[in-house]
Amino acid sequence: MIRRTLLAALASVAFAGAAQAQSLRIGLREDPDILDPTLARTFVGRIVFATLCDKLFDINEKLEIVPQLATGYAWEDPKTLRITLREGVRFHDGEAMDAEAVRYSLNRHMTMQGSFRRSEIGAMEAVEVVDPKTIRIRLKAPSSPFLSQLTDRAGMVVSPKAAEATGRNFGNAPVCAGPYRLVERVAQDRIVVERFDGYWDAARIHIPRITFLPIPDSTVRLANLQSGALEMVQTIEPDDMKAVQGNRRLRVVAYDELGYQSITFNIGNGPRANTAFSRDPRVRAAFELAIDRDAVNQVVFEGAFTPTAQPVPPANPYHAPGFRPEGRDVARARALLREAGVATPVPVEMTVPNNPDLRQVGEVIQAMVQEAGFALKLNTMEFASSLQAANRGEFETYLVAWSGRVDPDGNTWTFMHSQGGQNDGKYSNPEVDRLLDEARVETDVAARRALYGRIFEIALRQDRSRVFLWHRKNIVAHTARLSGFVPVADGLIRPQGLRLN
Amino acid sequence: MLGWLLRRIGQIVPTLLILSVLIFGLQQLMPGDPALILAGEERGDPQVLAQIRAELRLDRPLPEQYLHWVGRAVQGDFGFSWRIREPVAALILEKLPVTFQLAVMAFVIALLIGIPAGIVSAVRRDRPTDWLVNGVALFGISMPNFWLGIMMILLFSVQLGWLPPSGYVPLSEDPVQSLATTIMPAFVLGSGIAGVLMRHTRAAMLGALAQDYVRTARAKGLAERAVVGRHALRNALIPVVTLGTIEFGRLLAGAVLTEQIFTIPGFGKLIVDAVFNRDYPVVQGVVMATALIFVGLSLVADLLYMAVNPRLRAG
Amino acid sequence: MSAMSDDRSGSGGLNRPRSNSDSPGRRALRRFLRHRLAVFGLVVVVLFLLAALLAPWLSPADPLQTSWTAIRKPPSAAHWFGTDENGRDVLSRVLHGARASMAAGVLSVTVALLIGVPIGVLAGLAGGWVDAVIARVADAMLSVPFLILAIALAAFLGPALENAMLAIAITASPIFVRLARGMALEARATDWLEAARALGNPPWRLGLVHVLPNIVPPLLVQATLSIAEAIIAEASLSFLGLGQQPPAPSWGSMLNSAQRFLTQAPWLAVFPGLAIFLVVLAFNLVGDGLRDALDPRGERR
Repeated sequence: MIRRTLLAALASVAFAGAAQAQSLRIGLREDPDILDPTLARTFVGRIVFATLCDKLFDINEKLEIVPQLATGYAWEDPKTLRITLREGVRFHDGEAMDAEAVRYSLNRHMTMQGSFRRSEIGAMEAVEVVDPKTIRIRLKAPSSPFLSQLTDRAGMVVSPKAAEATGRNFGNAPVCAGPYRLVERVAQDRIVVERFDGYWDAARIHIPRITFLPIPDSTVRLANLQSGALEMVQTIEPDDMKAVQGNRRLRVVAYDELGYQSITFNIGNGPRANTAFSRDPRVRAAFELAIDRDAVNQVVFEGAFTPTAQPVPPANPYHAPGFRPEGRDVARARALLREAGVATPVPVEMTVPNNPDLRQVGEVIQAMVQEAGFALKLNTMEFASSLQAANRGEFETYLVAWSGRVDPDGNTWTFMHSQGGQNDGKYSNPEVDRLLDEARVETDVAARRALYGRIFEIALRQDRSRVFLWHRKNIVAHTARLSGFVPVADGLIRPQGLRLN
Repeated sequence: MLGWLLRRIGQIVPTLLILSVLIFGLQQLMPGDPALILAGEERGDPQVLAQIRAELRLDRPLPEQYLHWVGRAVQGDFGFSWRIREPVAALILEKLPVTFQLAVMAFVIALLIGIPAGIVSAVRRDRPTDWLVNGVALFGISMPNFWLGIMMILLFSVQLGWLPPSGYVPLSEDPVQSLATTIMPAFVLGSGIAGVLMRHTRAAMLGALAQDYVRTARAKGLAERAVVGRHALRNALIPVVTLGTIEFGRLLAGAVLTEQIFTIPGFGKLIVDAVFNRDYPVVQGVVMATALIFVGLSLVADLLYMAVNPRLRAG
Repeated sequence: MSAMSDDRSGSGGLNRPRSNSDSPGRRALRRFLRHRLAVFGLVVVVLFLLAALLAPWLSPADPLQTSWTAIRKPPSAAHWFGTDENGRDVLSRVLHGARASMAAGVLSVTVALLIGVPIGVLAGLAGGWVDAVIARVADAMLSVPFLILAIALAAFLGPALENAMLAIAITASPIFVRLARGMALEARATDWLEAARALGNPPWRLGLVHVLPNIVPPLLVQATLSIAEAIIAEASLSFLGLGQQPPAPSWGSMLNSAQRFLTQAPWLAVFPGLAIFLVVLAFNLVGDGLRDALDPRGERR
């Protein structure tokens, strides 16, 4: 009897969790950073922003740029962009979203101390208000990637009144023109947003309240979904996909990301670059030829990811279709090492950020390249330490990922250009620099695609400056009661059209 | 007595000073440039990096950084989190009750299991009961928290659906739900400490049971229960108090992995995230707060000694 | 009055000289051997030490040999403990992992004892400002969360098993400082040590002959517990990439990789977990036996 009462009590506790059916609970991989579009940096933060702050433009599932707070744009000349704005849009505080607010927001991104947007829209010279519904942006030089930057945080428009009032603490109470407004945030615990009734596109918003819960452990995140404590999780491990697919009450959607996993080679950054591996592209070619991308993908990720040889994923219009992985060829790898005249085994170190799957990737690659004549030593490091080591050139090879950008420039220039800020291996080839700069201003899609194809041929196939391994997948799992989710490669969860039955 | 207490409290100041230097030194040893971490994917822009360094005073000489921080800290201002821009003091006050609740529950569980088990095991020394209790206790110590934690979640949340798998509800908001969210992590934490307490209680009890005065009491024909309860246990509790306060202190700062697994937004998680993100104001503030709690606890331990063992009051 | 602050013995009893024809060493040995569980524990410890030393000859397979066709296979005749996520033989990895884990457990606690006990005894016997400084530093170190201290130390020293062990030893030492100091303080206050001092014994002799034997029992208990903590701490550090470097195995790093597959391949966690449990159990049993054997009051009733 006592036992039964106890069970009943426990059951009631469990059901108390499920009672809030009108609210969508989403499990995130980590706690987002500050919720200020100008100061924010993390990917998970963007997922929360998708509910709080609308942008001038958005991207759709075909990676096309579509209007959001804007209604359209036109290039008056290659350096002048005119944007027309949607009418009748209000911020959460009731203020009108107009050309003046857009000008204010863009300038805030450009001038605020500590802004992370400045480098994204650095091409911008001035913003002019043409009339309340129109702005004109003048660029210093023609820039093809510029418009795509306005589909992310740089395109978010904040309420000037609220931003002036709260200053640097705007992130604790953001006021934007998104479909939801911030109710509360408890660091490392939850972020709660509720529907904003004055939203311009209110007809497509069906869920009154969304709670974001950061749950770092992937097993636990999935357990929350399975037990009904969450309706949706931002990402699960490929290993867990089978378990979710076998569950009638759950749905899983896996789709390519915008970014990639790669290995950076230290070619010219400090004394660690003074090895045969760094000096001779043939040795690096042998290294790449020894890696079987498909096999690594099978072993570590259950074959879920998309093997690649380039930084631009297949779904992107700038993907170079002819540029594919060469396939494993140990005999050729050995021949190349002989040709290069190096003594085998060639000692190489690989810095690996310490998470379980990357460590396993490292171990698999280690075993593969050993057969071709490399003695690969793994250096697992906590992520923060590995970033610094890479930046200072204290590495030989570095297994590192990039979350990716819609425009191919964001996946290439900063990593391959000799002036690129994330060119940790200090690869430098004047021809590649020239082509990258040319691709930046080329507006014709086919011509630009061809430029990237040539860049990859030189920088990757000829110079072997780094190895691209695969495009990972966003794997979103949710309850079968949720409908209307549209997967877009940027990995965001857009609340428009979502329904919970 | 009052003099002793004042002296004891006076010792807290140098401890905290030593610690503040220690933690500042440790931060310098840690690799990982905070500006690079904060810049995230924007780290390619040297302008962004320079600006972050200037804003956070990372470009100043170390002694200046230290003095600036200490100067503010003595006024109770621990600065802002670099990552989420909330005041460190507010974060600490927000997380402390959570971890405190968890620690108290874990500790109660540990006491309820550990001490009786230790007594039984000492009294029934070298018999099957003793072996069994020892086996279970050492299993508790040697089982990693993440393993036990995930197993419990899979059993009680996913399979049986009795308890929420993770998260936290404040006690003030909904006591039943609050207990439901904390019982599993408290048990995971408590089980390990129960093992430690059991081992020490057993050892101390064995020592005490062999004492002359216990033998005397036994010889006088006192009931075994009274011998164990009144005479042996009392003395055996002293080392248990020492270890208990150390373990309780560790619970406050060390429940890191367990909080991570069960996604309890407590102190441990605050520390880990701060360390990994090189959010130094939070690291410094949290360490100073735990230190304060720690020295407070060792004061409590001393007071408890006097309560359990009047003999020491004279000494 | 401050003598109480770290008192842990509670026994109040001290090593009194005894007149006995038997040498103390032989009596201790006899008492230890009479302790069946302790002997069992010793046997297990020795077996694991042998396993660690002889791993290359005992292992059925190369612990680093990967096989992409045999990934996460359950225990079978070919692989008694199954295979791991890279198709490596788990039994061989457990045997080789014994090297890293036994070293992390035993060596780091030994170093912690070597650092902590002399400093603690010195603090207790010297008193005054020496004691004050040592006690405050130990307090400060105890109150820094293990993870912060260990990350900073191990990261500073560089990622390697030996450095992780040193970091564990340093972080584990303050607890021994406190234990030893408390006992020394208590001993100092006794008439009997006063007498020894009056007889002109030098301080090191006081510490070695009169204090140390008394603090052995609680130190043993703590040391055997600390070995368990050190093995787990190596696991946390290798989780952070600061312990044993892949692909070389340690029990801790094996448990870490197993976490991803707890539901699909439980044997990956069970065998290294079982090894840790057995070693921890064995060390504790040996500790019990040693404590009884060395405790002069320990004659069985």
